[in-house]
Amino acid sequence: MSLPRSAVVVGGNRTPFAKAGGAYAAASNLDLLTSALDGLVARFGLAGRELDEVAAGAVLKHARDFNLTREAVLSSALAPTTPAVDLQQACGTGLEAVVYIANKIALGQAEVGIGGGVDSASDAPIAVSEGLRRALLAANRAKTLPQRLRALSRIRPSQLAPVAPQVVEPRTGLSMGEHQARTTATWSISREAQDELAAASHHNLAAAWSSGFFDDLVTPYLGVTTDTILRADTSVEKLATLRPVFGDSMTAGNSTALTDGAAVVLLAAPDWAQRNGLPALARVVDAQVAAVDHPGGDDLLLAPAHAVATLLARNGMALSDFELYELHEAFASTVLATLAAWESAAFCSERLGLSAPLGPIDHDRLNITGSSLAAGHPFAATGARIVATAAKLLHERGGRARGLVSVCAAGGQGVVAILEAV
Amino acid sequence: MAGLLERAFTSRAGKALAGRFGLAEPPVLRRGRVLPDEPVVLASLANSTLAGDTLELLGVVSAVPLRDDDAELPAYPDRIGAIVVDACGLREVRQLEGLRAVLRPAVRALAGSGRVVLVADAEVTGVEANAVRQALDGINRTVGKELRHGATANLVYVAQGTAAPDLASTLSFLLEGRSAFVDGQSWTVSPARDPIPEPGQDEQRAPQRHDEPPAPLAGRIVVVTGAARGIGAQIATVAARDGATVVCVDIPAAGESLAALANRLHGTALQLDVTAPDAGERIAAHVATRYGADACIHGIVHNAGITRDKQLANTDAQRWAQVLEVNLAAELRINPVLLEGRPGGLADGGRIVAIASTSGIAGNRGQANYAASKAGVVGLVRAEAPQLAARGITVNAVAPGFIETDMTAKIPFVQREVFRRTNSLGQGGQPVDVAETIGYFLDPASAGVTGQVVRVCGQNLVGQ
Repeated sequence: MSLPRSAVVVGGNRTPFAKAGGAYAAASNLDLLTSALDGLVARFGLAGRELDEVAAGAVLKHARDFNLTREAVLSSALAPTTPAVDLQQACGTGLEAVVYIANKIALGQAEVGIGGGVDSASDAPIAVSEGLRRALLAANRAKTLPQRLRALSRIRPSQLAPVAPQVVEPRTGLSMGEHQARTTATWSISREAQDELAAASHHNLAAAWSSGFFDDLVTPYLGVTTDTILRADTSVEKLATLRPVFGDSMTAGNSTALTDGAAVVLLAAPDWAQRNGLPALARVVDAQVAAVDHPGGDDLLLAPAHAVATLLARNGMALSDFELYELHEAFASTVLATLAAWESAAFCSERLGLSAPLGPIDHDRLNITGSSLAAGHPFAATGARIVATAAKLLHERGGRARGLVSVCAAGGQGVVAILEAV
Repeated sequence: MAGLLERAFTSRAGKALAGRFGLAEPPVLRRGRVLPDEPVVLASLANSTLAGDTLELLGVVSAVPLRDDDAELPAYPDRIGAIVVDACGLREVRQLEGLRAVLRPAVRALAGSGRVVLVADAEVTGVEANAVRQALDGINRTVGKELRHGATANLVYVAQGTAAPDLASTLSFLLEGRSAFVDGQSWTVSPARDPIPEPGQDEQRAPQRHDEPPAPLAGRIVVVTGAARGIGAQIATVAARDGATVVCVDIPAAGESLAALANRLHGTALQLDVTAPDAGERIAAHVATRYGADACIHGIVHNAGITRDKQLANTDAQRWAQVLEVNLAAELRINPVLLEGRPGGLADGGRIVAIASTSGIAGNRGQANYAASKAGVVGLVRAEAPQLAARGITVNAVAPGFIETDMTAKIPFVQREVFRRTNSLGQGGQPVDVAETIGYFLDPASAGVTGQVVRVCGQNLVGQ
């Protein structure tokens, strides 16, 4: 890649993540995103400053939140003249928003911006049925009372029930868990391996919290000071007692829980950071998106396996060239299936068109401060959580250490990126 | 929610009744950067010009004192706002008569929130001279107790060679509303190591516009620990008002209110437990990665503090250690790190401010651990100040008495009312009173004030 310059990650901030229906049950996406922004503004002294752009989004989004990010900027301590854009790419939203800002900075269209995301599974929108919606719209268009009554008379009692959002793929009618259960079976991912990955995620996240790692990455919100899903005392043995909910091995313990939270990342041109006396943790080297044909039978959540192959080829890198791997844990088996795909000669040859498999990775470099199984997964926020964490870890390592960030998303999509320590 | 007794007491009928028992509504104190509206009278008892020169430097026009020398007691035609008595050069007991003669008419005419400020020599030789020096303290403390309507008396001892620029910040602090809850106190001002820059001559300061409030800390970084709420938030707010760029520090769990404060003050938030072994390094690193590698701290205010009250008979090792760690050991560790000359460390000519307490000075039942930590702070200040004098760094402490905070609001009502009233001003202090005193220490013009402990207690009855 040869761009005029790279954007650097200055730092990040997020709310503690909370289990849906818990401490943030009454908080909206706007509240959560505003809180995450304000924590970032306070950490870097940006109160009253005009930034070039803020990009963020939410997966579960109310119609009234058509300008969610701009409204959050207006509620925040940033200058009200800071523009904002809403982006959405399912669970890839947060990372895609970071890439969007990083690209604008690389192209010289921006000097400094924020990328991030928010989701509240607690405050999810509930829609009316399609029949009721059409009848109400017709009544609204009606010019006379009889016309209006006629329109409303078409409403049937069955149409009055509200429609809650579902995590279901529209093309297949299968839930994400059901899709992943197929992938788990295809790749023969064992229950033990899944529980081990889940336990490691909790233990790594707990160790990071107790070492103060998150002191400059998280700002408390509504009295919540740490991630509420985290179970420091869990173990493979305890996880083994849970009964499967998808397939025969995927449990509530090795699948992410519905979560509320927001995360944001401050990105800047290197000289902007320097001029403003702010740090540069890591450079955004490159990014790639990919999609698979899940209606045609592809594994729904393995698009990152494809995106990484493209990204490595373009950057002349091998999969083993990274100090850190941050693979979003939608399910433990998603991470394990992705790793298995990279090790599979057949997959790498037939699906990625490679002469040799991408190979194994060093597990000691994988999600070393925990990931979504322990922290939770407020869909659009996850990418920004991971980028801020990875940038800090890489900066601690120094020496141009590189990290791979990967997030799978609904719709058979994946977003991946390379970060490099500054 | 106030208790039944408190609500009865604060009701209209309750207030009327309380008034009859001598518990009248306390006066509302003059606060902020405002001089008295009424004239400031200047009396020099032994031909010293120090106080007069200082008032002139401050642009305060002084009035001539009346003296009770004749058979008939003279009376000021109107209220006076303050009397400044320059007692430098007083060496003999008979000279104290001069002080009585100017104070008698003055205290009778003193306006609400008026000021009596005595200026006297810190170092004198000879038995009688030392007796006189100490006598002034007795007079000061007594006048403080006798004054009413929120008026205060304070005594400034000046070391040899102290000139008007050295004394100016102290005298303006004492005359203004900033010293509202400082009463009956005495402390010492010395010559500054380096000449104190006149306003506008300091290249680090933005040019001062006449129609804007003074911003003595403009362009300077001030770190406040325990800033998320209460007194700490007020210290940060006053420092920002005085122009400082404020680094607000508090434990990570307090991060939400800390962020709100930092954003309101256009400062930065640093989530940090000051008892962390690397707290000093992390403070310096924060400053260097927010304000550039060449940035230095002008002042650090060690405000973070906790209480774990129990009588000594019931105090276990954990309660003991927690309080001593946060209130004393943390700053003992942090100061040397910031003084190593690292990026983001404390600048030469900087300020270290600690928080002592009247509990540390006088002791307080149920607070052996807290008193240990706060008395320890006094010892720290007195020992560190001379060590850092050559670098122009001052080290001082405030010792708050009863201040109205969330913490003191938890004290049972009757006990709280007793604490509130047992001082010369008949009320509790406000967090801003502590903050203003700290602002006075932080002021670059206070370079001659070091090793001092100033009580902000309304002349509380306890202790020295």
